[in-house]
Amino acid sequence: MALLEIHDLHARVAAPGGHEILKGVNLTLDKGQVHAIMGKNGSGKSTLAQVLMGRETYQVTQGSVLYNGKNLLELSTEERACEGVFLAFQYPVEIPGVSTSYFLKAAVNAVRRYHRQDELDAMDFLVLVKQKMALLKMDQSFMNRAVNEGFSGGERKRNEVFQMAVINPTLALMDETDSGLDIDALRIVANGANSLRSPDRAILAVTHYQRLLNYIQPDAVHVMLDGRIVKSGDKSLALELEAKGYDWIEKEVAQPA
Amino acid sequence: MTQLLADKTSHLANFSLFARNAPSPLPWLDQLRRAAIARFDLVGFPSSKDEEWRFTNTTPIARIPFALARHDAPATPADLADYSFAAAAACEIVFVNGRFAPHLSHLNHLPDSVTVTSLAAALQNTPSLVEEHLARHATIETDPFVALNTAFLADGAFVHIKRNAVLSQPIHLLFLALPGPAPAICHPRVLIRADDNSQATLVETYSGKKGTVPVFTNAVTEIAAANNAHIDHCKIQQESLDAFHLAHTRARLGRDTTFVSHSASIGGSLVRNDLAVLLDGQGAAATLNGLVLAAGSQHVDNHTLIRHEKPRCTSHELYKHVLDGHSTAVFKGKIYVQKNAQKTDSRQTSKSLLLSDEATMNSMPALEIYADDVKCTHGSTTGPVDEDMIFYLRTRGVSRQAARSLLTYAFAADVTRRINVQPVRRRIEDLLAAQHKLPQDLRITDLETHDQAAL
Repeated sequence: MALLEIHDLHARVAAPGGHEILKGVNLTLDKGQVHAIMGKNGSGKSTLAQVLMGRETYQVTQGSVLYNGKNLLELSTEERACEGVFLAFQYPVEIPGVSTSYFLKAAVNAVRRYHRQDELDAMDFLVLVKQKMALLKMDQSFMNRAVNEGFSGGERKRNEVFQMAVINPTLALMDETDSGLDIDALRIVANGANSLRSPDRAILAVTHYQRLLNYIQPDAVHVMLDGRIVKSGDKSLALELEAKGYDWIEKEVAQPA
Repeated sequence: MTQLLADKTSHLANFSLFARNAPSPLPWLDQLRRAAIARFDLVGFPSSKDEEWRFTNTTPIARIPFALARHDAPATPADLADYSFAAAAACEIVFVNGRFAPHLSHLNHLPDSVTVTSLAAALQNTPSLVEEHLARHATIETDPFVALNTAFLADGAFVHIKRNAVLSQPIHLLFLALPGPAPAICHPRVLIRADDNSQATLVETYSGKKGTVPVFTNAVTEIAAANNAHIDHCKIQQESLDAFHLAHTRARLGRDTTFVSHSASIGGSLVRNDLAVLLDGQGAAATLNGLVLAAGSQHVDNHTLIRHEKPRCTSHELYKHVLDGHSTAVFKGKIYVQKNAQKTDSRQTSKSLLLSDEATMNSMPALEIYADDVKCTHGSTTGPVDEDMIFYLRTRGVSRQAARSLLTYAFAADVTRRINVQPVRRRIEDLLAAQHKLPQDLRITDLETHDQAAL
């Protein structure tokens, strides 16, 4: 069954005279699947991830998004999160003064309250967190540091996947989580993402590099160009892009067969 | 101008009455008061043309004819319930309208090496210990309001931490302003003497009840710390929202002395804190942290002055402001480095969070450096709650309102977590949590200790 159905999605920058970035995106993602979206800078990949998460700096002008049969676009960002949508940020922000521990607990309990579940007590939370920290090979001191403050680029990305593992979303949107990672960190991050794979969940991974897909095997690869998905295929498409770049696709789109 | 001249008259009339009814048997004190009122008469209220008062208009104070606050205003322990530290303090000395209230104070359990009395008693019993420092750190030339306070100098607190004395629990000086039927003014005075190698924590709380007319607290605190002393000083200004509060705190630090100041401004309609620290011995260190929480039409002005007079002294300063409604705040942080104060290490940061479009912040660093081998930095930021941070929290399921509250709390808690005096820290954090409808005891900012030193 389709977890996510995006139909003819158009979005523009929500400012007077803001230009259109998404120009009719169509995508269907089934439960249990991993899809990758590739494309050059400025093609709209990250915007798609942000729009799916409800970022108010973008305005949806046309199209629809169904998530688990619900109209996703009607939900606020926090409602989407509570319904199981998660965004691993390309550039996670620092939150000075708020410890990672407090932040994560607030997140976990916000979702639990939404589902009318009891909040996790300190002990249960600790058990959950320790298990996921081991998975992501993270140091205990992480929890007592302010969210992302003074973290290296790699640490921030790992922190995103760590949060993802703790929150355990139904739909994980990963926005260039692999960028800037060395091979060891990439393996750890991919390992964290793979641990989420299950028949009930799905992952949509935006990436620049085919390398990630050696570790997270995608069921489909889509190429985004100028605000649209112009080509889809299996993982061999990623290898082809890696070898040949994007120019051939641009030509193909410009002169349709 | 005619109006301003007329406005001094109530204070001059108050003085005639005061000098007649409560003359001091100490000639030097009598002389000091007369010199002080003459000084005030000469300079009058500051105008907005005065550089030091550019952003704080004293007209609302100047145009009200204040009478001296009643000495015998009735107060009960219930009036202090929200402010008392009870068993968390080594002692608690209470003042009602600037006058010592023995029935509300708890002064037992102090070691012989520490004296905490009313200033009136100290002037009577040990005048020479007082005279040595009184009005020598906050001189009547400092400012018109210091002159005015000195003219009416009669009571307040005298604290003496003797050589080698170490007191781990805080000394709490608790001031309660009670409004009467007419606008009233009180002039509390605090003198703190910390001798060589002494260590103590002092907390000044200014509290008050709301009445039909405003009360005006015009306070002066002098701190004389000798060599190798450790003084933690906290000031919580929590008066009612229609109160006027002007205060001067002046500290002189001797060699290798450490002074940590935390100021929290929460109440009052027009508030001005002048804090001046004189680093007067090699290796002295001062930390000046401040938090301003203002809303409605409150106006809060913090002027700090750090004078590096000797080599190898450090000063670290962090002031944060959370401004809502139409509130306005001013921060002027002046750092003065004398020619021979080489190896000075001075850092100053002012950060302001504007929770409404109508709130205004005026932040002015002022560095005056005459030495050439020094490290001095300053920085200032002002802005609303960061939308990227709000979005980040929302993507994790936290509502917009809760995210805003949490980020505001964290912004302010960055100051409170540096407060080593636990009852003070708890008081302010609980208040913050209540203001933002957050549960108490958040432990949001239980960060690693290495982080606490970072500005």
